[in-house]
Amino acid sequence: MIENIIPITIVVGIGLLAGIILTIASKLMAVEVNEAVNKVHEALPGVNCGACGFSGCEDYAKNIIDDKTVKTNLCTPGGSEVAMKISNILGIDFQAVVGLQAIVKCSGTLGNTSYVMEYEGLQSCAANKLFYRGRGACHNACLGYGDCTSVCEFDAIKVVDNVAHVDKSKCVGCGMCVAKCPQHIIKIMPASQKIFVRCSSTDSGGYTKSVCKAGCISCKKCEKVCPVEAIMVKNNYARIDVEKCIGCKKCMEVCPVNVIHLVRE
Amino acid sequence: MKEILIILMSVIIVDNFVLSKFLGICPFLGVSKKLDAAVGMSLAVTFVMIIATAVTYPIYKFLLVKYNLEYLETIVFILVIASLVQLVEIILKKYVPILQRSLGIYLPLITTNCAVLGVTLLNIKDEYTYIHSLVNSLGAGIGFLLAMVLFSGIRQRIEHNNIPLSFKGVPSILIAASIVALSFMGFGGVIEGMFV
Repeated sequence: MIENIIPITIVVGIGLLAGIILTIASKLMAVEVNEAVNKVHEALPGVNCGACGFSGCEDYAKNIIDDKTVKTNLCTPGGSEVAMKISNILGIDFQAVVGLQAIVKCSGTLGNTSYVMEYEGLQSCAANKLFYRGRGACHNACLGYGDCTSVCEFDAIKVVDNVAHVDKSKCVGCGMCVAKCPQHIIKIMPASQKIFVRCSSTDSGGYTKSVCKAGCISCKKCEKVCPVEAIMVKNNYARIDVEKCIGCKKCMEVCPVNVIHLVRE
Repeated sequence: MKEILIILMSVIIVDNFVLSKFLGICPFLGVSKKLDAAVGMSLAVTFVMIIATAVTYPIYKFLLVKYNLEYLETIVFILVIASLVQLVEIILKKYVPILQRSLGIYLPLITTNCAVLGVTLLNIKDEYTYIHSLVNSLGAGIGFLLAMVLFSGIRQRIEHNNIPLSFKGVPSILIAASIVALSFMGFGGVIEGMFV
């Protein structure tokens, strides 16, 4: 019995010592957790997409509480509902969320363009892009393997006829597909914008015409006819400045290849 | 210097903790799905292994051996490792919150990880000196990182393949892991020839 005193003391002693050190440490190095942060965090959808510009919902919640200048209407997946909840928690004025939508700027369906390879590898856009420049004849084609579909949490983007399409009724404009697309042809624009150019081809007009029936050939007819100078041809394809566009549709009427489209509601 | 190199090479490649000794399989199968999670977990494990060795080795040599209590090593080591990990978590949360956010979720997972207890016990069994024990733990952590990164790459490939329904998920991963372990067996006997 006596021989057991020493080992028992040692084990109990180490345990007690560890407990004391931990208690002291937890008191000395306590980190204050703001209750309000948890409440705001619970109101957020928890998708962690980063559309608000912060690295996840917890970060946004923390910044809303810490920094008074951070707006409460930055959460696009949550929408105005979440903005309302946050304003109620903080007791400040409600601001509606600026609706956003994603659009895929490519018209390269099977009927319009061709492929330069028959690809039998990993069926993913990012993997296909490693070979040559992807299977599209155009340098900036939608590769159609659906990396965007796999990352979308709202089931809003699907590949139809080998080109990705966004379903506006489901899209919240979180931007995850934009980040995932290896060709960088998905863009975010305000939900109020009705007209867009469905092409991102940086190839010259002649080349584009030879590889895709629906590609922008940078003829600049749209640029000449726009009354507010909202559409410009830069880098061999036309782009619309959404701040200036008034939705008059004049560019759509003169485009010889019909690459300017209305967003399908 | 040569002994340090030999220890590092053998514990990273030949006697890899996960693939040859089969310790720490739980995080190996659980966290290796995404590459950044795998790397984060391995770094946390390495950190805990080194600190655990640094604390348990003196306790063994100056407390347990002195009173002929070597049989207590398992209990005492677990006690020390568990409290150590808790302390590390508290310190990280207060002083380096960034690290806490990325590695913090893994710390409770590592507390009773058999790889950490294994490295401390094996240091005693293999009769390393203090410096050699620390090198051994560093090597064990690096070996863990190597195994996790390799396996996470393999898992990402398997994900896109057509696997029969009964093998989908954990069965296919276990089979893949055993094949990787088999391939690491090929390193046996390499160390003796290298530093001769």
